[in-house]
Amino acid sequence: MHLLAIFTVLAYGVSLGLYLRLLYADQKIVGRAATAMLAAGLTLHYFFLLDRAHQLQAVPYQDLYGAVSLFAWLLALTYFGLELFHRQRTLGAFLLPFVLLILVAGMLGHPVAPAGPPPGHGMVFALHVTLSVLAYAAFGLSFVMSLMYLAEENLLRRHKLGTIVWRFPPLDLLERMTRSSVMVGMGAILAGTLLGFVAVRRLEPPVSDFDPKYIVTLGIVGLYAAYLYLERQTSWRGGRASRLCIFNFAVILLSVTVVNLFLTRAHRYF
Amino acid sequence: MEIVLVGLNHRTAPVEVRERLSFTADQARRAAGDLRAQGIFEEIMILSTCNRSEVYGVPPESRREPAAALSEYLSTFHGVRADVLNGSLYSHQDRAAVEHLFQVSAGLDSMVLGEAEILGQVREAYRAAHESGATGPVLNRLFQAALEVGKRVRSETELGTRPMSVASAGMKLAERIFGKLEKHTALVLGAGTISEQVISQLRDRGIGHLLVMNRSIERAEEVARRYGGEVVPWADWEAALQGPDIVVSSVSAESVLGGEVVGRAMAARKNRALLLMDLGVPRNVDPAAAKLYNVFLYNIDDLTDIVQQNRRARESEVPKAQFIVEEHVDKFLSWQASVEMIGVLEALEGKMRAERAAFLAAHMQHLGHLSAADHERIEAMMDELLKKIVMHPAGKLRGERNLRRKIQNIEALRDLFLPERDKP
Repeated sequence: MHLLAIFTVLAYGVSLGLYLRLLYADQKIVGRAATAMLAAGLTLHYFFLLDRAHQLQAVPYQDLYGAVSLFAWLLALTYFGLELFHRQRTLGAFLLPFVLLILVAGMLGHPVAPAGPPPGHGMVFALHVTLSVLAYAAFGLSFVMSLMYLAEENLLRRHKLGTIVWRFPPLDLLERMTRSSVMVGMGAILAGTLLGFVAVRRLEPPVSDFDPKYIVTLGIVGLYAAYLYLERQTSWRGGRASRLCIFNFAVILLSVTVVNLFLTRAHRYF
Repeated sequence: MEIVLVGLNHRTAPVEVRERLSFTADQARRAAGDLRAQGIFEEIMILSTCNRSEVYGVPPESRREPAAALSEYLSTFHGVRADVLNGSLYSHQDRAAVEHLFQVSAGLDSMVLGEAEILGQVREAYRAAHESGATGPVLNRLFQAALEVGKRVRSETELGTRPMSVASAGMKLAERIFGKLEKHTALVLGAGTISEQVISQLRDRGIGHLLVMNRSIERAEEVARRYGGEVVPWADWEAALQGPDIVVSSVSAESVLGGEVVGRAMAARKNRALLLMDLGVPRNVDPAAAKLYNVFLYNIDDLTDIVQQNRRARESEVPKAQFIVEEHVDKFLSWQASVEMIGVLEALEGKMRAERAAFLAAHMQHLGHLSAADHERIEAMMDELLKKIVMHPAGKLRGERNLRRKIQNIEALRDLFLPERDKP
């Protein structure tokens, strides 16, 4: 395995260890060290993606493994931004296992040079893909936070507090962080989709305007718009909004697996 | 540089004795002045809280049995007979006194294990004593170390992190749900002792809006006035449930809040999250309310369970805290030994130089056949010998903390080399 990849996994791993330690011993120094290691992991991961792209002479999302690795990087990056914005570190212990899992899955495959020229290219196309992956990462983050919300709410209602509940972010903060994450995702998916349409228009030879992926993406945008509206309605605030967020992410998983594999040709990159 | 502690606390004395031996700030200043004027102590600091009254002092070298003199002074100062104090007062010297103070500031000696208030009280007592000039180099160092111990124990252990009273456990729960309480409203049903404790906690945590409701409107008004709340008439309690996020009930009546009432309130408030703390016995809130969406219901037993769990968790942190205490005790005693060592060594150096001068003066007259250069050489050789015997080890002792630790009983060295008049 590439040395950079090993160091990236190590940095994320150490960061995860420190975030877990933070759950049990609320020490500022441990929290700061966890964040610093996450920043180190993000930097190493960036150079790993860059190196991979140089090897392939193509963008990181050119093959499945590269796209998965980019997704993991953006997921960690979005969390890093949210952590700094909301000054809440507890989530790291719950999110980094996902990042590590996805990252390791993305590293299992060796970089393979694309057989032919990609169907789309150029800055607009690159932004379309990157923003779409960022949107999925932000929605992924909101999914993890919604799961956390439901777990904490359940423990609080059943009076099973133990040690960890005292370390969890307040439910109110989890709601706000989820909302922030969904808003980042919405912005990214709307801009990414728009750029996708622009990229399609520029393709030579022209391709058919219709792709089932468009409908699914619009559906996803609609579902998250519904979430943003409903989670502000008092009757939906809390558990119901979190369940909707989890459902929405399930639709995204459906979109990037079943829809990409079986219903679309233009978005089938693997 | 002996350190003496005499005092009593919640373990050794009942409240009737503690309250008689407590010091106001003014009394503490006066007593410190008296004790220094009477030559009992050179440095002094008095720590007086509701759970303890302790006097820490550094007596002059020549003072014999300062602890007994201090006990006698306390008895006179407070007008409490010595036989009343006997058995309540404890006294510690040196290591034991230092360790005791560090345990106090760490919260290990508190009635509520790990409570945070004591650190502020130690800081305040030290500030007052320092400003009045009652402390000196030893107590300054001692109390700065005590404050550091307190801070370290609170940041490096779990000793003070979890709530230890029903009221504070309830507040922590509220913060788990709502985060900061500044933008939230609390309604307190009842205005008895428990309600007041809760209201005090709510105020400490910055609750945005406080509503108080009680059958006796006069009592509700009194409590509301004291804590800056608003009174809600008892007759309006069903309507009043629609606004607040936290409802604390502690009234002596069964099922004040029925499940249907809470259900109607939740519908009216569009299911906005509601924390119900039922501190009444018999219970004031129908347990069925816990099943409603976004309702978090805790009764007195639930909160007491949390407090019990937290107490066990805090107790499990005691060894870690004690380790920090021991580390700082060793550090302080090493510093103290080094200061004493420097004094002894300086005296020893002076004495050796004087002995050398006297020795040379006595013997040089019999060595008249030697040249001036030989005289100078002999003086230089003696200086070199003195350096080898005393100065080099002295320099080494100044520099090496570990070595000083091994020679903590400096008195022995002092008695060995220095007659009484030369002692620093």
